[in-house]
Amino acid sequence: MLVRDIIEKLDLSIVAGENALDNEITTVYVGDLLSWVMANAKQGSIWITIQSHVNIVAVASLLNLSCIIVAEGAHVDEEAIEKANNENIPIFSTDKDTYNLIKELIKIGIE
Amino acid sequence: MKLSFTVDGDEFLLAGEASSQVKKVLKQLGVSSAIIRKIAIAMYEAEINMVLHANGGSIDVDITPEKIYILFQDEGPGIKDIELAMQEGYSTASDEIRELGFGAGMGLPNMKRYSDDLKISSELGKGTKVEITVYLNREGD
Repeated sequence: MLVRDIIEKLDLSIVAGENALDNEITTVYVGDLLSWVMANAKQGSIWITIQSHVNIVAVASLLNLSCIIVAEGAHVDEEAIEKANNENIPIFSTDKDTYNLIKELIKIGIE
Repeated sequence: MKLSFTVDGDEFLLAGEASSQVKKVLKQLGVSSAIIRKIAIAMYEAEINMVLHANGGSIDVDITPEKIYILFQDEGPGIKDIELAMQEGYSTASDEIRELGFGAGMGLPNMKRYSDDLKISSELGKGTKVEITVYLNREGD
């Protein structure tokens, strides 16, 4: 499944990285501690977090993650948006919490 | 091939720039994605540490057909007890830094896990030197 396929299904708002919506999704990783994400997130993962500063883009880019979903309405910093556009990392925001996002992702076939 | 970077200690949110540039170079050189992942993780952690704890420093990267050697040098406060700092979960990061998702006490453990050889030497009040080596012809973690 491609990143663009989850936007409508999960009712996500696109915040950055519109040029990279054809990234292939492999799985999902959830976490707010950057070193844990660095150590454990797999290539192509959707990363769900409530961190919203510019360093999430560095992590996603270094690991080749497919996109970042910033959950629970956390406000994404301007620097993060700018960097994500440069690095082609899609960032989405949503008011939903992680639990409900996961339920929906499983429902549409992402395990 | 040799690359050098100066890491700015003030802009800690921008840390990761040197790691991302090295990653791009390695990709252009055709290094496998498994090896690039190891280097990116180990290097990012060292770069972040340099910014969070030592107010920046310098990074020198030496890429040969056999291995990638990365030297990090800073003039920060030094590490009091390296063995303790190597333990997962141990961190001296401030609350402010932790709120941003850093300071999980996983930096040095990640460097060890994702490098083939890690050397740390440190002198209190003088600074810290970290050397990371990743071999290009070995597979696995």
